[in-house]
Amino acid sequence: MNLNVIRYYFREAVRSIIRNSWLSAASVGTIIISLLILGSTVLLVMNVRYVASSVESSLEITVFLKDDVDEQSLARMEEQIKFVPGVSSVEFISKEQALADLKESFGDKADILSGLEQDNPLPNSFRIKTTSAGLVPEAARQLEKLDGVEQVRYGQGVVEKLLSLTHWVRIWGSLTIVVLGVAAIFLIATTIRMSVFARRREIGIMKMLGATNLFVRMPFMLEGMMLGSAGGLVAVLIINFSYLSLLNKVIVTLPFIRLVDDPVTIYQVLGGLLGLGFAIGALGSAISLRRFLKV
Amino acid sequence: MIQMFNVSKIYNNGVKALNDVTLHIKKGEFVFLVGPSGAGKSTLTKLICREEMPSRGQVVINGRSLARMKSREVPFLRRKIGMVFQDFRLIPTKTVFENVAFALEITGASNKEIKKVVPMVLRMVGLEKKANMLPAHLSGGEQQRTSVARAIVNNPILLLADEPTGNLDPDNSWELMKLFLDINRRGTTIVMATHAWDIVDEMKRRVIALSNGTVIRDEEGGVYGYES
Repeated sequence: MNLNVIRYYFREAVRSIIRNSWLSAASVGTIIISLLILGSTVLLVMNVRYVASSVESSLEITVFLKDDVDEQSLARMEEQIKFVPGVSSVEFISKEQALADLKESFGDKADILSGLEQDNPLPNSFRIKTTSAGLVPEAARQLEKLDGVEQVRYGQGVVEKLLSLTHWVRIWGSLTIVVLGVAAIFLIATTIRMSVFARRREIGIMKMLGATNLFVRMPFMLEGMMLGSAGGLVAVLIINFSYLSLLNKVIVTLPFIRLVDDPVTIYQVLGGLLGLGFAIGALGSAISLRRFLKV
Repeated sequence: MIQMFNVSKIYNNGVKALNDVTLHIKKGEFVFLVGPSGAGKSTLTKLICREEMPSRGQVVINGRSLARMKSREVPFLRRKIGMVFQDFRLIPTKTVFENVAFALEITGASNKEIKKVVPMVLRMVGLEKKANMLPAHLSGGEQQRTSVARAIVNNPILLLADEPTGNLDPDNSWELMKLFLDINRRGTTIVMATHAWDIVDEMKRRVIALSNGTVIRDEEGGVYGYES
């Protein structure tokens, strides 16, 4: 294949796009919208999981103890807790310490708690950190079985809610993407079909002159790939721009929320979107050529 | 060069176009295919360039059986066969030069080769001065000569013409025949399907007459021989 032929392929592809400019614009638009939705869904899921994992990693289990546990059993319990799978550290919080912490959290209104020193209603407790968030529920179940344990508490619900949110985002996101993706492929196929139709006489002449299948098909393949890549490029630019500005806003207004800002991850997502646009274009034209350009 | 053995062609819609045709055309011959409309002349030319496949029988071109030819080899067969039609089949958006060059581009020829060969061929058909004109601005005769230039630019072994003078006035028809003779003298086999009895009678070449899909006459130096 020489330069002349490659130039010919590109020239013909561009000519076709210009000839069918409205349909071309419609298919590029559909690809843009599908990829925008896909990109935002992926970024949303990634961020929810990221936030969830940072919430999870700060998850603690608090084990409240019965009042009748003596010093000796306390030491023994601490040892037992250390051997529960997933436990990374154990800290004993005495009744007194707990009250002091509570007072501290009330700040200058701490005097409403005065008088509680004589008859401290707060229990002794262990504050336990786990090695991984997934082990928290199981560790909590184990801890409940220990003697002298009154109640075991951890952030029940928070993690589950976050994860079920990503679950639904993923399901609805995937559904929308599939529908829009099929629509995009279909539109590309229609565009290519129109191009083939507009040039059917020329195709007949090419075959008469002995053009190979590749030579006849390549401009149309290229047309689809160019439309797909154009859609992918626009979607990537929009997402890149808006995500970066979102990151900047969040850093200023909600500094305690950490979003995915690793450039490598973001570029992977964007690169994937671009590749997908290209693939949609190629697939659409391949389908169309298979059906409408028997050579 | 062209051999047909007991070839029959029945189209999918049931039309019997050819019935048990056997013929042999040697290299360098100039052959007229004559006969009334629907006699099977066009079908015969389509079988030669493998646009259609015979329902029965064998077509052998240049020693190759077309039935056994793989579809990806067909383009290379067609590059060896130049084709000329009544309706010229030029690409209206391309100039004379570009239309002729297109046949070379398809084969992957280089720009250098195109620039060398196309003017040569255009000179041969007498269109060197109209190289940059679009087909719409040419007379019928000039358009047909452009299509002949395109047909011979790849040095075909065979020139296949289906009613090439059908849209031309007598002067242009004779001009075209002189061109065909010229091409034939260079060794290219020519098969021409035609209704133009005056041309056939004047040229005194081999005439194969078809009627209802069968060969009814095949004679050297023949005449058209139908009531016109």
